[in-house]
Amino acid sequence: MPKNIQSLERAAAMLRLLAGGERRLGLSDIASSLDLAKGTAHGILRTLQAEGFVEQDPASGRYQLGAELLRLGNSYLDVHELRARALVWTDDLARSSGESVHLGVLHQHGVLVIHHVFRPDDSRQVLEVGAMQPLHSTALGKVLSAYDPVAHTEALEVERKAFTPRTITALEDFEAVLDMTRARGWAADVEETWEGVASVAAPIHDRRRMPVGAVAITGAVERVCNAGELRSELVAAVRDCARSVSRDLGAGRF
Amino acid sequence: MTDAHTTTGTSSHGAGPFIAAIDQGTTSSRCIVFDRDGRIVSVDQKEHEQIFPKPGWVEHDAAEIWTNVQEVVAGAIEKAGITSADVKAIGITNQRETTLLWDKNTGEPVHNAIVWQDTRTDALCRELGRNVGQDRFRRETGLPLASYFAGPKIRWMLDNVEGLRERAEAGDILFGTMDSWVIWNLTGGVDGGHHVTDVTNASRTMLMNLHTMEWDDKILQSMDVPAAVLPEIRSSAEVYGQVKGGVLDGVPVASALGDQQAALFGQTCFSEGEAKSTYGTGTFLLMNTGEKIINSYSGLITTVGYKIGDQAAVYALEGSIAVTGSLVQWMRDQMGLINSAAEIETLASSVEDNGGAYFVPAFSGLFAPYWRSDARGVIAGLTRYVTKAHIARAVLEATAWQTREITDAMTKDSGVELAALKVDGGMTSNNLLMQTLSDVLDAPVVRPMVAETTCLGAAYAAGLAVGFWPDTDALRANWRRAAEWTPRMDADTRDREYKNWLKAVERSMGWLEEEN
Repeated sequence: MPKNIQSLERAAAMLRLLAGGERRLGLSDIASSLDLAKGTAHGILRTLQAEGFVEQDPASGRYQLGAELLRLGNSYLDVHELRARALVWTDDLARSSGESVHLGVLHQHGVLVIHHVFRPDDSRQVLEVGAMQPLHSTALGKVLSAYDPVAHTEALEVERKAFTPRTITALEDFEAVLDMTRARGWAADVEETWEGVASVAAPIHDRRRMPVGAVAITGAVERVCNAGELRSELVAAVRDCARSVSRDLGAGRF
Repeated sequence: MTDAHTTTGTSSHGAGPFIAAIDQGTTSSRCIVFDRDGRIVSVDQKEHEQIFPKPGWVEHDAAEIWTNVQEVVAGAIEKAGITSADVKAIGITNQRETTLLWDKNTGEPVHNAIVWQDTRTDALCRELGRNVGQDRFRRETGLPLASYFAGPKIRWMLDNVEGLRERAEAGDILFGTMDSWVIWNLTGGVDGGHHVTDVTNASRTMLMNLHTMEWDDKILQSMDVPAAVLPEIRSSAEVYGQVKGGVLDGVPVASALGDQQAALFGQTCFSEGEAKSTYGTGTFLLMNTGEKIINSYSGLITTVGYKIGDQAAVYALEGSIAVTGSLVQWMRDQMGLINSAAEIETLASSVEDNGGAYFVPAFSGLFAPYWRSDARGVIAGLTRYVTKAHIARAVLEATAWQTREITDAMTKDSGVELAALKVDGGMTSNNLLMQTLSDVLDAPVVRPMVAETTCLGAAYAAGLAVGFWPDTDALRANWRRAAEWTPRMDADTRDREYKNWLKAVERSMGWLEEEN
């Protein structure tokens, strides 16, 4: 384990100190509380101030928490909000593709299905909201691993189990798949998780271009693929849907 | 199975033709263009001003609404990249009961439209009830005397706008709900516009006899409304006339349905016993009762569901819940317990159950099936154990139990058991609510793929009228299930929870002492 960065630890301690109730603190209070030299404390405070995490009261010269911290907290996207925003677009994707649609987010080393639209035929289907999918073999999981650094780390740490002969398990091969996913903007799963089932997924971003989830269509490999290739119109439909949801998240947030 | 799919295109809609639908709603006017599969091609929407002249009064500027309707129609057609030649018909759905009187010679409204929520006719309704009370006209109209309905609102304007009664009796004034206003203007206005309404809108005036489908002379006399102002009552799906002018010049105007009836139609509830529930600010549940007029003894409303051309009318029972989505908004805006409406699910999901708490949101009394204006909201069953998450759960359960009370009343009145509930509206994105609903109803809850069931219903009716779709079976074939929730709660739990809910409801009653 490499050694932690000392100045970041000190900055974190300062933020905790300033967050400890409704108060403004002067430079010397902060320095003495954290047992730092005044010059060191001032350097860190100035950096935090430049990032917007700390503000200085012009009259008293005392420090308090900055507005940027508040914005950081609010930028967390509620998964139910994501579902509500995605509803129309995912309905339309299911309707136009003729396949079922899933919306997934990273959760506990896997993909949590937060929304599911049935395949638009009259067959009996069970709602899969709340189900988990593996990160390394599904289209949703690959998209999240490719775009979300946290998911990436988790996908590298978990055991990459072979569900079918086509599952990619070797680290190098998996990384190559993620590179390709980032390069073309979508991922596929052709019989890598379930025999006979293929899936295409694309990333959903929020207004800060943070990856917040992924949307996928899933269906029988005979329908989703044509002559061994994924049908390009399905890929386009999934990407259009992901862009529409992303646009909705960006446009409506503030 | 595979054959049907390989032919499914992904490049949205084909080349047409199309059906357009106008939804003249309470807060906005919209126009949506649909293709033959019932898929949305384009949407345009514009909000209008809510005018509050006094507490309890709500008005709309009908001229502003007509301008907006023209704009959204033009907008939707432009966004679709089509012309009037591609549009086979246009249908109309509208906020129900909102009442307008206008001068037929100038086309100018004589007063702002009085909106359905407006309570200025409360006292008038009590007066009209005489010694019989609010059920005086129920046998003929299916409705209780309440301030929502149009008849008393017409009477109020005749009594309060100077010189209006004389002009009305001279035949210079026309009455209409918003469907009539839009159709009259679309088909030419002062230049030969058709003054019509459909049976569903007419059934909300308290002036139409449900049995004859005609204006009831006795009620007109009792309410002192001259017959000269009334539109002709037509079916919900027939060609009323052609659009005169504008981007849709020459297109047949071919349907009108009140918004909740349009949703029933859009959900393809064409068989007796089929029901839909629309979850918005409030909730409206309608059940198709076939060609039977069912008098309610459980506080429901009897109304016309729809009438296609010269086919027999189909009736419906209606139950409404005043506070559903608005309770979630209250948790967000007044209580500050959540940041967005969607977060109620996150908070509620953080606990396993309601912790013993029950929330009866009788903010303005209890509606169906109780009709108790002396009730006020309560949260019952509080202990130190209860957290805000339990309250959030109780909030969602309140919507589910209130739905259960209405479906129970419908079963009691109609003798028909609810086989499944079709849902639409904004709250259907709440997965926990939909599961809870299925649990407490002990029936499947089904969400269709097109969320815009109201506009779709108006489009369907217009399309049927011009032969764009051959029959209701073809519409049923368009209906797609997007999601289905099935009951997971065991019977003992359900019975116990229902009993607790009913106890909490009892505790909300009798809070106001001056009324009872």
